[in-house]
Amino acid sequence: MLGPLDYSVWCIGFLLEVYVVVCSFYRREFLRYLPLNFYMACEALITCGLFYCLRQFGFSSTTYFYYYYYTDSLLTILLFWVIIKFYQQVFEEMGVSRNIRVAAVLLLASTAAFSYAVVHQHRSHLTDRFVVELGQNLYFVGVVLTYLLWGAILKLRESRTRLTQLVLALGIYSSATAGSYALRHLFPGLQPSVLKLVVPIVGLWLPAAWAYTFTKVPEEARLVPAQLAARTR
Amino acid sequence: MIAALICVVSIAIFLQFFVSYCRSVLAASQRVELSARVREITGIAGQDVASDDFARLLQLVQLCPQRGDDQTELRAVGAYYSLLRALGFVSPVAPALAAWAGQERRSCSYFAAVALDRRIAYSLDLFTQQVADRL
Repeated sequence: MLGPLDYSVWCIGFLLEVYVVVCSFYRREFLRYLPLNFYMACEALITCGLFYCLRQFGFSSTTYFYYYYYTDSLLTILLFWVIIKFYQQVFEEMGVSRNIRVAAVLLLASTAAFSYAVVHQHRSHLTDRFVVELGQNLYFVGVVLTYLLWGAILKLRESRTRLTQLVLALGIYSSATAGSYALRHLFPGLQPSVLKLVVPIVGLWLPAAWAYTFTKVPEEARLVPAQLAARTR
Repeated sequence: MIAALICVVSIAIFLQFFVSYCRSVLAASQRVELSARVREITGIAGQDVASDDFARLLQLVQLCPQRGDDQTELRAVGAYYSLLRALGFVSPVAPALAAWAGQERRSCSYFAAVALDRRIAYSLDLFTQQVADRL
């Protein structure tokens, strides 16, 4: 059963997702961050669908379970679009936008083909364990892509504070989610106690951090990227 | 096996992203010079703030009226400071890491001092406004 804390996290998450979209629309930055806004809008819509499933079928129903995990996998694929857009922004001065688009199409096609192949192979037993494994793998691809992007930001000395913070927030979200999926896969017993709380809080992080960045960090703000890399020298 | 590998790599990358994110939040405050007023109140002599001053400065920040826009930053930096304090316990094993954590904690304290400075300025503005309204 869901408690007041779960409902509160849910409501706050939904409001923050809507806030990000409204805020960038109001500041006339909607098209500049189109994939990000589209992702946030889809998150908000899927949250509404999740609430409908909860009311209609109940928390322990298989409909709710599969809706939760498969829409989460779809959102992860949508998140790749956001990452690709960040790549384009980082590399925009190098004029390799076309190459990034081609790489993005290849990546999305291969992810879709791989996911289809895995789903096709497991179609007779699309189990609890399988959906968790699929989510874990998709998020891990997101972690690797974000980490490579972060490396490029440091290497190219990208100084835009807003872009840097958006990428770092995404990196925190992807790695925390991939880690919690992997923990759930390794220790299913942790789900009712620890992970039941961790996963919604991690889900709250991304809209909260992006809302903070859009509100507080102006587009013109700059920083020295080398200061951000943790070095113990 | 793959899940264990993903778990370990994700945790390592998470820590790296978290540290960088907190440093990006702290970076903005590093460029701000502390006013004479806040130095006098807190007893800070130069531009450097002691790493252990964070809790004391945070208490002073909580005493001032809220500006309403720095609470999230303070919480994130507070979490980062706690993580750095935990790292401080490994000082006998990894002195370089402990020294780095100390430097980062000083940045967190400086951030709290800047937040205090802003809140004091905000309180004075409120006070001036109230006095002007009464006249």
